[in-house]
Amino acid sequence: MRTLKVRGLRIDDSFAEAFPMSGTAIIITAPTLKWARQAATTMTGFATSVIACGCEAGIDRALTAKETPDGRPGVRVLLFAMAPDMLQTQLMNRLGQCVLTCPGTACYADIGGEKKLKLGSAIRYFADGWQISKKIGGRHFWRMPVMEGEFVCEATTGMTQKAVGGGNLLIMGDDFATTLRATEAAVAAIGKVKDAIMPFPGGIVRSGSKIGSKYKALIASTNHFYCPTLKGAVATELDDDIGCVLEIVIDGLTSEAVSAAMRAGLAAIIRLGPKRGALRVGAGNYGGKLGPHHYHLKDLLP
Amino acid sequence: MSVLVFTLRAEPEQRLNLSTLVPHRLDKLTQREIESIAIETTKVVTKVGDMFRVRKGDPAQIRFAGGSRRFDRIAEAMTAGTILVEGDVGARAGRLMNSGTLTVSGSAGPWVGSGMEGGSIIVAGDVGEWLGGPLPGEMAGMRGGVVTVKGNAGREAGHRLRRGTIIIGKKAGPYAGRAMIAGTLIIAGGAGPLPGYLMRRGTIVLNEAPEQLSPTFADSGPVELVFARLLAESVKLQAPAAAKILNRPLRRLSGDLALEGKGEILLPV
Repeated sequence: MRTLKVRGLRIDDSFAEAFPMSGTAIIITAPTLKWARQAATTMTGFATSVIACGCEAGIDRALTAKETPDGRPGVRVLLFAMAPDMLQTQLMNRLGQCVLTCPGTACYADIGGEKKLKLGSAIRYFADGWQISKKIGGRHFWRMPVMEGEFVCEATTGMTQKAVGGGNLLIMGDDFATTLRATEAAVAAIGKVKDAIMPFPGGIVRSGSKIGSKYKALIASTNHFYCPTLKGAVATELDDDIGCVLEIVIDGLTSEAVSAAMRAGLAAIIRLGPKRGALRVGAGNYGGKLGPHHYHLKDLLP
Repeated sequence: MSVLVFTLRAEPEQRLNLSTLVPHRLDKLTQREIESIAIETTKVVTKVGDMFRVRKGDPAQIRFAGGSRRFDRIAEAMTAGTILVEGDVGARAGRLMNSGTLTVSGSAGPWVGSGMEGGSIIVAGDVGEWLGGPLPGEMAGMRGGVVTVKGNAGREAGHRLRRGTIIIGKKAGPYAGRAMIAGTLIIAGGAGPLPGYLMRRGTIVLNEAPEQLSPTFADSGPVELVFARLLAESVKLQAPAAAKILNRPLRRLSGDLALEGKGEILLPV
């Protein structure tokens, strides 16, 4: 692998290969940020990869009371799936099980677009005939009586089919502690980028996968080229000084959001430097033939 | 382009049907053509030019310099644009309006916003009976949009309201929200007897307990409603007093239980 040297760090001359997805954005509010965040965390908990979760989801950012429709603190959640109908199913299930159930919450659309996904319209029947439809200032809401009071939920939210999934950075370091430090710095920086989320636990995935497996039933398996414990035994992408690899996967509502997120992450890793952080940064791709979006690391350097 | 102005020459001697003077019907007409439009009246046929001095302008922005309680059907079925009346208007102002804004600086007669589907009506003074209500024989009243009355409203404001929001700044007469189908009616200065009489669904917000309430409303007790915050936010610019009521702790009365009982009256606790 050809590498560029930036402030002592090796940057692979490689690119992240990403795919078009269907994406949506919603706002969850509550009397306190704690409970808005709790609903969002629960809703996006088992949503790391479309491979087995049906969708990828995460918290875009926290919102102050002034930024939300009902004047209460909130969080913005993004959800992504491979197709609109899958996104609708996941949105309905997660809204019904994780937001409707969470004390104090209300839920609103936070993306436009002609194509709509059902929010309150999908779960209003839970109210068993006591649901109340309200149109306020051109927006349509459903009020549903619940044991704690009332759950208010916008009828629909918008959807984009120009979302992008699979932006990524492979952060490689000497050991677990330094690699994690660099990756955490990148996660913190990417967290400030609007319209992008990192769906894996704490934004980080330690078990990056390759397509296919020796077992017929599996469509993906461990990315053995980047496993340090297999170094020497298999064909490897790792240098002698690399002892740990962590990955950040990024989904964005737009291609620009994904490249901005990768740029911010890369800048944070480089700022930390090789002494305290990572030694090398790469990106995952499939040879460029599968995904239409390519993000070359050399174009994203600070 | 400047505003199209109709200056009233003198107080009309008979009622005037001004439903023809709306933006979409004046579009592309010359000043002479506008002046020669016949106005239906109660006795003698007259023309626009006989009643008004017309100043050329953009028909999407119409101003009536001077109004009268004999100005009927102003802004009827308006589809876009703005109409400002500097003075009073008569019956059925903004009836069947679809979009755009009607502003009346004076007071209005009965059936303001009757059957309205969208857009906005603002009346600075008082309005007559059946605000937003249906004409005899019609099944439903207002179906969308927002009507803001700064003054008082006559009896049966919001009669058979189906969708949309009506805000009354001062007092409403008896039977406000009578037979409401749905929608929102806010009365910020006191309601007359029996608000919400035979309402099916919908929301009536009152600033205080009405002088008489139908016994077919059940007290559901104090409630914390996120919906009230959303409504307050949407009305705070045109009706700050209404927003203030909605931001106070509220009590919910469910009714009218003589019917479906899915409506509500919200009152400060």
